[in-house]
Amino acid sequence: MTVTQIARGIRWYVRGIMGEDAYEKYLAHVEGEHGGGVVPLTEREFWRDRTDRQDANPEGRCC
Amino acid sequence: MANRSARARTKEPGLPPVAVDPAIIEAEDRRWTPLKIAIWAAIALLGGLSWVMLAVVRGETVNAIWFVFAAVCTYFIGYRFYSKYIEKHLVKPDDSRATPAEYKADGKDFAATDRRVLYGHHFAAIAGAGPLVGPVLAAQMGYLPGTIWIIVGVVLAGAVQDYLVMFFSMRRGGRSLGQMARDELGRVGGTAAIIATLTIMVIIVAILALVVVNALAESPWGVFSVGMTIPIALFMGCYLRFFRPGKVTEVSIIGFVLLLAAIVGGGAVAETDWGVALFTIEKVPLAIGIIVYGFVAAVLPVWLLLAPRDYLSTFMKVGTIVMLAVAIIIVRPEIFAPAVSEFAASGTGPVVSGTLFPFLFVTIACGALSGFHALIASGTTPKLIQKERQTRFIGYGGMLMESFVAIMALVAALSIDRGIYFAMNASAAATGGTIEGAVAFVNGLGMTGVNLTPEMLAQTAKDVGEESIVSRTGGAPTLAVGLAHIMQQLIGGSGMMAFWYHFAIMFEALFILTAVDAGTRVARFMLQDSIGNFFPKFKNTSWRVGAWIATAIMVAAWGAILVMGVTDPLGGINTLFPLFGIANQLLAAIALAVCMAIIAKRGYFRYLWIVALPLGFAAVVTITASFLKIFSPVPAIGYFAQNAAFREALAAGETSFGTAPTVEAMNAVVRNTMVQGILSILFVTLAIIVIITAILATIRAARRGASESSEDAAVASKIFAPAGLIATKAEKEIQAEWDKLPVQPKRGGH
Repeated sequence: MTVTQIARGIRWYVRGIMGEDAYEKYLAHVEGEHGGGVVPLTEREFWRDRTDRQDANPEGRCC
Repeated sequence: MANRSARARTKEPGLPPVAVDPAIIEAEDRRWTPLKIAIWAAIALLGGLSWVMLAVVRGETVNAIWFVFAAVCTYFIGYRFYSKYIEKHLVKPDDSRATPAEYKADGKDFAATDRRVLYGHHFAAIAGAGPLVGPVLAAQMGYLPGTIWIIVGVVLAGAVQDYLVMFFSMRRGGRSLGQMARDELGRVGGTAAIIATLTIMVIIVAILALVVVNALAESPWGVFSVGMTIPIALFMGCYLRFFRPGKVTEVSIIGFVLLLAAIVGGGAVAETDWGVALFTIEKVPLAIGIIVYGFVAAVLPVWLLLAPRDYLSTFMKVGTIVMLAVAIIIVRPEIFAPAVSEFAASGTGPVVSGTLFPFLFVTIACGALSGFHALIASGTTPKLIQKERQTRFIGYGGMLMESFVAIMALVAALSIDRGIYFAMNASAAATGGTIEGAVAFVNGLGMTGVNLTPEMLAQTAKDVGEESIVSRTGGAPTLAVGLAHIMQQLIGGSGMMAFWYHFAIMFEALFILTAVDAGTRVARFMLQDSIGNFFPKFKNTSWRVGAWIATAIMVAAWGAILVMGVTDPLGGINTLFPLFGIANQLLAAIALAVCMAIIAKRGYFRYLWIVALPLGFAAVVTITASFLKIFSPVPAIGYFAQNAAFREALAAGETSFGTAPTVEAMNAVVRNTMVQGILSILFVTLAIIVIITAILATIRAARRGASESSEDAAVASKIFAPAGLIATKAEKEIQAEWDKLPVQPKRGGH
């Protein structure tokens, strides 16, 4: 494994843990599922929608 | 990493297999190559040797490294053998079935997530202040009982609960524990489970808040730096909302740097006169501050405060735990505590009253068995799992990691001087809150090898940058001293101790505040749902007025218990902490009871003992502990005995009694013990109802044979991913076939 591969792996993992890749996953889903039929949310709309949904569906955090 | 884009691939027929053939899995498990045998023999030998060093050799001192080896080797063996046994006989996952993340995929709440990433997510969601606080308090009984319970408990109970709840919730589209209880146990059991969950939530939030108040009271440095997390989070929230949406890691790093600046700045502020005058806050005003904060934080939009602080908290949590693990392995501190202390049998320990059985098992809840995890393991995580077989790694394995955090907290607490440990954790009622009082009290306990001097207390307080460390109960300050003690040996020397101490306080306060805020929100929704049965308007959770009323009720409930704790003449933590542990273990009993009913309905009676064992243990422990709290004639243990003693003293016209110096304080004790006693009765009643309904459901299932299932209908899976951390040979072969498929063109992204 080269240094760049390791660095890319770490970046991928940190982004995953922090949830930063959520928009990319969403885009991939929209494209895969609906083809070109549905216009996906823009990045800004997506993140707003995400926190708004958290407002309506709170998740517990453990003790 | 290659499988991360599996969703984007074509889904035409003629795809490679979506699951490894069960016969091949079985063959791989049974193929014992010489190398594999050698590795497992080495793990077993090292683990066995470590346990011998801890339990049998018990020299003058024990090196912390043996705790690490004993824990890690036992986890490996438990994971490789016991969790596989459970998987094979009880869980029976089927990778050809799609998970909710696949068949309900919406790219948002339901989104297949790489198993390694999801492991981190799940761990960050379950690990909080619990595994850090409980082991610290239990250290008064010596190092051995806590170590055995944390390690054996997690393998046989805690990880089993998390694993089963996660799997069953996943098979039901990510249904919550409350909904599963209603489905499996009927109306009575289900309703009892939901009321129990709600009250337990209130108790847990209250006691976590009490830990923060105890850690920050009279500490201008702590108040300043923890207080600064609020503007930092608000800044981060606005940054993400308006400036750079989605740049989560970037804003977390900025927040982390600001956080370090707040810790360093706190030290400077605490040295100025205005800083001391402004930020030295007593317990009661601080408690009121947290109550007001709790309300405001729970009604503000998530993006402004909760979400950014959650990012910060995840960042700090994972980072600090890795750092502490590295430090313990490099520094390898010596531990001077006895294996089993006199308090284990006498039950007169000043930190938490009561004998080893049952109170050790409720003092250490998180880390060994934590019912609260059942709320996380049902709901959020099951909606993100890619493949059914991954639940063993994420559910069982995730809990093993939390247990390791508890072991590290225990090591950190044990590595500090025993005299200092007791001076910090005995209540102010016992020490009088002064150095002289603490020295007299601790030396008066008559522990061998403990000789506390006033200089030791004064020097430690000076080292960590605090006015005093006497009676800093609640576990967080002790852990912070232990962490500072270990970290300064690695980085910075004694000059850095104050920084590390406040770093640790910050780290704990951060996720306690997140838990308080998130807990209030969840409780508010549960309450609105319940009130909604009588006043339908409350069911609409976006109705502002209803939301505010429900939030106010929940905050008032935990706030009242918090204020009771901080003003308690008997000390607060030592009387309330058992209630926290009992509540948490009762929730575990409820979760395990639901699992037992589900397993019975699946018809696997031969292996029912796997869940009956931890359920029986949790039930016996919590019911015994509750009964002692209710019926014990010893005032230090029984709430009503304490209540009666103080009422009699009042009736006899006395103006001071025990640790209560005034009539007012005596009345407070009468009031507090009554509330605590009633809560104990409520919890134990609800838990008994749930357990009985679960046993009835199990018996009914036994009579009928395997009955109708509440699982979602099976959907065929169209994706593949390996099950464990490292892909097996067969999994790599299938993965290679998937990797050969043409990738559909993707827009944006990488």
